[in-house]
Amino acid sequence: MRTAAAPKFYETKKFKDNLKQTIIFIVLLAGSVLVLSPLWWMISTSLKSPAEIAQYPPTFVPKEFHFSNYVEAWKTAPFTRWAMNTLFIALCGMAGSVLVNSLVAYAFAKIRFKGRNALFIVVLSTMLIPGFVTMVPQYILFSKLGWVNTYLPLIVPAFLGSAFFIFLLRQFMMSIPNELIEAAVLDGANHLQIWWHIMLPLTKPALITVAIFSFNGAWNDLLGPLLYINDESLYTLQIGLQTFKGTVQTQWHYLMAMSVMVLLPVVLLFFFFQKHFIEGSNIASGTKG
Amino acid sequence: MIQRLLAGERVLRKKEKTSRRRMSRQTRENIFGYLFISPWIIGFLGLTLGPLLFSLFASFTDYNITSRMNFIGLDNFKRMFTIDDLFKTSLWNTLYYVLFSVPLTTAGAIFLSVLLNQKVRGMKFFRTLYYLPAILSGVAVYFLWMQLLSPSTGLVNTFLAWIGIEGPAWLFDPEWTKPALLLMKMWSVGGGMLLYLASLQGVSASLYEAADLDGAGVMQKFFYITLPMISPIIFFDVLTSTIGAFQIFQEAYVMTENGSGGPGNSLLFYNLHMWNNAFEVFDMGYASAMAWLLFIVVMVLTIINMKLGKKWVHYEGEIINENCRSTEVL
Repeated sequence: MRTAAAPKFYETKKFKDNLKQTIIFIVLLAGSVLVLSPLWWMISTSLKSPAEIAQYPPTFVPKEFHFSNYVEAWKTAPFTRWAMNTLFIALCGMAGSVLVNSLVAYAFAKIRFKGRNALFIVVLSTMLIPGFVTMVPQYILFSKLGWVNTYLPLIVPAFLGSAFFIFLLRQFMMSIPNELIEAAVLDGANHLQIWWHIMLPLTKPALITVAIFSFNGAWNDLLGPLLYINDESLYTLQIGLQTFKGTVQTQWHYLMAMSVMVLLPVVLLFFFFQKHFIEGSNIASGTKG
Repeated sequence: MIQRLLAGERVLRKKEKTSRRRMSRQTRENIFGYLFISPWIIGFLGLTLGPLLFSLFASFTDYNITSRMNFIGLDNFKRMFTIDDLFKTSLWNTLYYVLFSVPLTTAGAIFLSVLLNQKVRGMKFFRTLYYLPAILSGVAVYFLWMQLLSPSTGLVNTFLAWIGIEGPAWLFDPEWTKPALLLMKMWSVGGGMLLYLASLQGVSASLYEAADLDGAGVMQKFFYITLPMISPIIFFDVLTSTIGAFQIFQEAYVMTENGSGGPGNSLLFYNLHMWNNAFEVFDMGYASAMAWLLFIVVMVLTIINMKLGKKWVHYEGEIINENCRSTEVL
């Protein structure tokens, strides 16, 4: 296609595009190193000996791999128990979040009841209230109910709906055609049946998003257990890890090994459900759905 | 006679029944609606509105869990501004953090999303990778950063040493503790990035083509097309991250000795101070007053944000339609 007046090769659009792409690729690659290096450092430290950690200048790859750090760290405290406790709370909370928020979202999306829009604005505005404002009275409430040192304060709120999840699920449900519901009504179904037989299966991607987010939230929650749990046998991983720091202050190899193990389920969940994580955030932005 | 009466009654009853059924369609919708949202209503009354009103009331008392609630007027609020020096420190620390973290993370997230919106090989991989830190949180991550920021043997100062900079003592130097937390925050900027990415993909390519024809440069296109088109999301992100930044607590609680607030109280954030008042010395009245002041500050800022937002948030017809469809009441 070259003619006599053709531009020199480095002036062509194709070359410029390629150059731009290469530069961006290199920038992104360099950024990846920055993003990943903390994680690399965590794993590398978790495999070092205490002497090597204190050494200057620091090493990037451990001279000797002390895999036993992981076993020893896990044995320093009842971590198995704490992991089970955390799993139990997270799974209960997940079940509550998925069922209740979907029920509430269905009402806001598809049932035309009086005052619906006004109430939905109330739902949204609760997202603006800093959690700390309600924390003290909630603590007093739960302690008067005798719930301190039980898992109830950590699980029950999940069964009472969360503004963010209601919003996310409602956004998703709005995109499901009303005709489907009208047809079911003609067939004599009530809303409970429609929700269970039609809505739940159709909103599965959004429900998975809610499930993952709520699991992650419960797994990483420090504040709740810190407030309500006193007995060591009832500790969650986060609070266990937090107190672990005080007792084993300088033993960074153990601390990092524990950190890797606590983060591992979250990372695995992320890679397994990566698509849903990313879609979930997109739905939440309100630009899609 | 009796039979007739009975028959008539039956007819009447039947009529009543059908008319009730006809009338009840809306009533039934109402019943189902309120039944379905009842968990949220219970939660709202019990865990939000009730506590909100309780803490408002408690803020005018000297409540400490064991005592009666004695009404002491505005004494709690007076105490904040006159007696409690740590209050001012904590307020200043928090404002510092909000003031820097919100613009930095917003700009960082936008920059990253524009980069990740280009057509480059392996983009899906890069997006996943940059998002990864955003899902990692909790105590383990704080421990990791304490290790990374370790003055002599940490990774951050090792990097800095390579380029000839002697890194500060970070968490041990009162002047560098807050920048240390900002650095940590920047690592997980991927969460916001994803919001912007979704929004960028909605920007019509024809706008850029038109700008190309007019000979616009990269920067011009960014400032005159990209930014205005994604401004509704910027607005949303600034609003939520401001509210979030005011709530900074866990980082400081975990990364300082026993939640003390770090060297020279440099990490004593508002919520940490409030927490100590509420759950260390059980001064619930004072903590409630602090909570309400924070609530008012956040509300005022949100309202200012919304008023200012009207000036710079750009709603293209297309976007308005899109938003109306998906959020209806908004």
